[in-house]
Amino acid sequence: MSGALLEVNSISVSFDGFKAINNLSFNIDSGELRAIIGPNGAGKTTFMDIVTGKTRPDEGDVIWGEDNVSLVRKSESDIANLGIGRKFQKPTVFEDQSVTENLMMALRNKRNPLAVLFYKSTRKDRNAVLSIAFDIGLESNVDQRAGDLSHGRKQWLEIGMLLAQEPQLLLVDEPAAGMTVDERNQTIALLKHAAKTRAVVVVEHDMEFIRNLDCKVTVLHEGSVLAEGTLDHVTKNQTVIDVYLGR
Amino acid sequence: MQGPLVKFLTRHPSTLLFLIILASFTVLVTLGSEAFGTGFVSTSLVKTLGKTLCLCLVALAMDLIWGYCGILSLGHIAFFGLGGYMIGMWLMYERTRLIVMQAAENTQLPMTPQEIQDAVGSQIFGVVGGSEFPAIWMFSHLLSVQLLMVVMVPGVLALIFGWLAFRSRVTGVYLSILTQAMTLALALYLFQNDSGLRGNNGLSGLQNLPGRDDTPQSVISMWFFWGSAFALGLGYLCAKLIVESKMGNVMRGIRDDEARVRFLGYNVEAYKLFIFTLTAIIAAVAGALYYPQAGIINPAEIAPIASIYLAVWVAIGGRGRLYGAVIGAAVVSLLSSWFTGGQAPDIPLGFATLKWVDWWLVLLGLSFVFVTLYAHKGIGGLLEKLQTGTSK
Amino acid sequence: MLRIILLSISFICAAQLVAAQSSFQDLVQSHASNIIKGSVKTAPPIITDIQNHGGDAAQAFLLAWQSKKLWYRRADKRLIFVEKINNESFVLLDLQTNAPIDHSTKAQIKQIKPNSGLRGLLGTALVSSQLISDNLDVRVASLKSLARDPKRTHLVPLRLAMSKETDTDMLAQMTRLERLLTMQYDTDVEARVSAITSFENDLGLDVRARLNPMLDTSLILSQSSPREGTFARMLVPGATVGLSVGQAYDMIVAKGWAPADISTAEKRTALIDNIQDGFVAGVGIETLNTDADREAAYTALAATGAVPSDVSQDDIQDVLTRVYFYETYDEPSNEVVAAAAETLGKINTKVSLSQTIDLFLDGLSLASIFFLAAIGLAITFGVMGVINMAHGEFIMMGAYTGYVVQQIIDNYTLSILIAIPAAFAVTFAAGVAMERLVVRHLYHRPLETLLATFGVSIALQQIAKNVFGTQARPLTSPDWLGGAWMINDVISISWIRVAIFVLSILFFVMLWFTLNKTRFGMETRAVTQNPRMAASMGINPDKINMLTFGLGSGIAGIAGVAIGLFAKVTSELGSDYIVQSFMTVVVGGVGNIWGTLAGAAMIGFLQKGIEWFNPSNTLAAQTFMIVFIIIFIQFRPRGIIALRGRAAGD
Repeated sequence: MSGALLEVNSISVSFDGFKAINNLSFNIDSGELRAIIGPNGAGKTTFMDIVTGKTRPDEGDVIWGEDNVSLVRKSESDIANLGIGRKFQKPTVFEDQSVTENLMMALRNKRNPLAVLFYKSTRKDRNAVLSIAFDIGLESNVDQRAGDLSHGRKQWLEIGMLLAQEPQLLLVDEPAAGMTVDERNQTIALLKHAAKTRAVVVVEHDMEFIRNLDCKVTVLHEGSVLAEGTLDHVTKNQTVIDVYLGR
Repeated sequence: MQGPLVKFLTRHPSTLLFLIILASFTVLVTLGSEAFGTGFVSTSLVKTLGKTLCLCLVALAMDLIWGYCGILSLGHIAFFGLGGYMIGMWLMYERTRLIVMQAAENTQLPMTPQEIQDAVGSQIFGVVGGSEFPAIWMFSHLLSVQLLMVVMVPGVLALIFGWLAFRSRVTGVYLSILTQAMTLALALYLFQNDSGLRGNNGLSGLQNLPGRDDTPQSVISMWFFWGSAFALGLGYLCAKLIVESKMGNVMRGIRDDEARVRFLGYNVEAYKLFIFTLTAIIAAVAGALYYPQAGIINPAEIAPIASIYLAVWVAIGGRGRLYGAVIGAAVVSLLSSWFTGGQAPDIPLGFATLKWVDWWLVLLGLSFVFVTLYAHKGIGGLLEKLQTGTSK
Repeated sequence: MLRIILLSISFICAAQLVAAQSSFQDLVQSHASNIIKGSVKTAPPIITDIQNHGGDAAQAFLLAWQSKKLWYRRADKRLIFVEKINNESFVLLDLQTNAPIDHSTKAQIKQIKPNSGLRGLLGTALVSSQLISDNLDVRVASLKSLARDPKRTHLVPLRLAMSKETDTDMLAQMTRLERLLTMQYDTDVEARVSAITSFENDLGLDVRARLNPMLDTSLILSQSSPREGTFARMLVPGATVGLSVGQAYDMIVAKGWAPADISTAEKRTALIDNIQDGFVAGVGIETLNTDADREAAYTALAATGAVPSDVSQDDIQDVLTRVYFYETYDEPSNEVVAAAAETLGKINTKVSLSQTIDLFLDGLSLASIFFLAAIGLAITFGVMGVINMAHGEFIMMGAYTGYVVQQIIDNYTLSILIAIPAAFAVTFAAGVAMERLVVRHLYHRPLETLLATFGVSIALQQIAKNVFGTQARPLTSPDWLGGAWMINDVISISWIRVAIFVLSILFFVMLWFTLNKTRFGMETRAVTQNPRMAASMGINPDKINMLTFGLGSGIAGIAGVAIGLFAKVTSELGSDYIVQSFMTVVVGGVGNIWGTLAGAAMIGFLQKGIEWFNPSNTLAAQTFMIVFIIIFIQFRPRGIIALRGRAAGD
């Protein structure tokens, strides 16, 4: 499995005896668009926590990129700087700051305190911010306070911030939650657009959304992979049906 | 360098306004002082005002760390006190040495360096039953080193403490309690007689500048007033530059959603440590200017309660706005000294008389509760409301 | 003429009395002149005679003699007791019957004042006769007074008394005292050695106070190496601790074996004395501002012969090589020294063991105090997650409630029993009021809760100061809590601390039960974990929050009564405990009372442990304690007993 961008090797983690992730392994290739589905408590969010460094696995390893870097002992910020961006379930943008400021902060630049303190925005950076704002459909809201945006636009702003980070892998947690149909379709277009230049992993409940994404699907259950393949393939799988419909 | 600064000030007229107000205030006090003006402003009032400027500066530091970065540090009063101790060591040593030298002119033999040292030592440490100089006084004869220590000692302490605390991801109230514990530990340490800093006697006679016995206090107090005003102006400008830079964005980001900042690839701990240490140094500089005007420093000054008063000022003034911190510190500390100084008129209630000396703290405590509950933007928020109200 | 008549009358009276008097009067009268003279040499046979006569009269006589209450009539040297009527007039009393026999003026009688040596002899004699008194109370009292200051002379009467003693308890006490005296004063070395070794299990301070001097040494210096006395050790000046080169040389100088070294101060004085027109030995005095220059000037001065020349370091070293310094034991017997050293070693081992246990008890008691102070916080902060900076002031309110109750009710036991529920009621009400008025509005804004409750704390503290004044108010514990529980001579713990320990255990059990086994506890935990879910299940979160907060505050009030019993009640009482209380909860682990128990135990024991290294400095102990906690939190940020996983609240 050379070629793999992210390689998850039999990781396990438990909280107070409850196994949230149980011997989970799978790979994401570069430039791939992948959806992860699974019932509540399947370990989807915990899996993201582990990849992004928020949670340390009890066992197993997570290997990243061409240089085969292990992510297990790295801090959240280091992992982010290696090129993994994460979008949370709830839209988390800096509500007190403007859209430009939000994007500016996310823009791929030096991240150490001194460089940030003496940072001066260049024309190139300003253009990059504008073009992202355009991509996420917020070009007319650049000076607006992020807190004043609608729910859907906050989601896009967050995705925009991820794009500004220029990650190689985007982890997106339930992007469509609470969106109107219109917003949903735009989100799908946005994710597909993003997946042209990088790998994108989407965790989602909504089957319709997944179907529209039209990509490979991994089904998680009780912390391990239950099935993998196209959406049609996995939805025909009997165990998947059992899990979703209950025993 | 002139160009960008002017541009910055035109972009942020509130800062320009603040600097103009501060400058005119300084000129006003100078013109009213006993030393350079009409004498309308007494020397003790000049000192009170100068001290208030220093308190505004430390409140500014508090606002940076709490209002902008979301870290309610109850340790900054410790850094403030440490700054005072560091400069106090030089002031006390040098002045005592000069007194000893003066007395030595009447002895039959000139004194040896050792004899001078012993005489100074017994003068300073007699109250705690010693005469030996502890190692921490090693450089007390060198103003330059002590000035460096004003910045270095609190800075290094903040660096070590902050590194330990932030590294283990202690946040929120836990961090507040931990910083309070640090303040308490330092105060308890300084209260010991063998702390090397004269135990609960503290350092005294700091209002006298060594070698300036001929200069009257009215003049010296003005020097310190100018120094404090300059420091506050500079501090305000620097703080404004920081909060308006991308650094300010990251700080507010950390305050509002620490995890998000982390996932954007910023090393949150490094930022916190940077701000914590920087504000500790600002606090220390404020302390080094404050205590020569107060004349005395002792460990009671850095009791944990003092650090909460600092938070009270910033909260009442309105955190997250630099001028709010300055207003809060100035208003509350001046009111405090007015009420507790016995100058406020007592209120007869018929059955009893309400003495402000006794009841001011009750009022302060309750108004603090009120501000936190109903007006957590403080005076600054009120001003903003008025401004937007009138502009409409 | 009158005098003659009086004299003759008195003679007649005397004659009459002689006829009526007992043999005891005869007996003492036969020694009258020696008794009046009162010499240590002649007294012992007289005392023996009197003791042999026995009886209460003899006892009373010796006591009166010793305490300068024995008089005699100048005219006939008759020994008598007197009763003073006024400065001039006295009633004379019979020695045996204590009955008045005559009146007299001051001039006619004279007080017998034995010297201290004789009084000592009499004391011993008294002791020996009291020790064998038929009355047990007298024996107990005399042994007690004897034990207070036992002397060499008591040994013989004590042994005599032991042979006659019938009461086993008394005999045991007498034996111990006899062993003590034997150990020190017996002439027989073996008897002393066996007495010494008999004490190896005795931790009494008196034993150590008598054993230690047996190992006292004297420093001896000699120019040859003979070792006199019970040799202890050689000393090397400068190398042995406690004997510097300077001290050693001074001793040699004191013996007259070497010329005195001249100190810097003396040289300075000498230089000043020899100043002539601003010059000393040709050197200008303004240049004499370093020790080296002064040294040189002094040498020059010495060369002129004006002052004695200085002793160089080489000279001193040279002298020191020719003198031996060594220590000898003051005790002449090697066997006794060896036995004393060995026994003392064994005792000290046991003492340090006991001290460790004592330290453990101290730690336990401190831990229970911290626990008591923090347990209320464990509920409000630990379980509810609400930080209450006014918690310390609730403790203070509880203590003041106790004080007020004591002002109304005089009986201490009753007042404490009333104060505890009263304190609970007062602080419960205060807690509920604060929850309703302040805390309720600030749930999920912990930093602001911290500040608002701190505002309350400032106000409450100042109100207490205004109402009760700044001076400390006493909260007196009932008699049955006074004193201490002595386990042995080293281990003791005051009953108040035992009571506090019991109270903490009681609280812990009660709270654990309330939180884990009652419906209220279950509802509290439900509200804490998920208020919306709890509300949908019919629990009223408002009510539960209010009651839980009230409970935590009420417990702080009771803790206040307990703390007030041993600490002074001031308005600052609470703030003395608040930081430690929070530390206890944080170190222990937020969210369960086991954590608080563990935190209190760790902080209590650690603080006592650090204090043990430097007992004089509790401030330093507290400083190090806090530094330790800060470092500890690095390794266990969630405390000793941590809740893991997602529930722990990121």
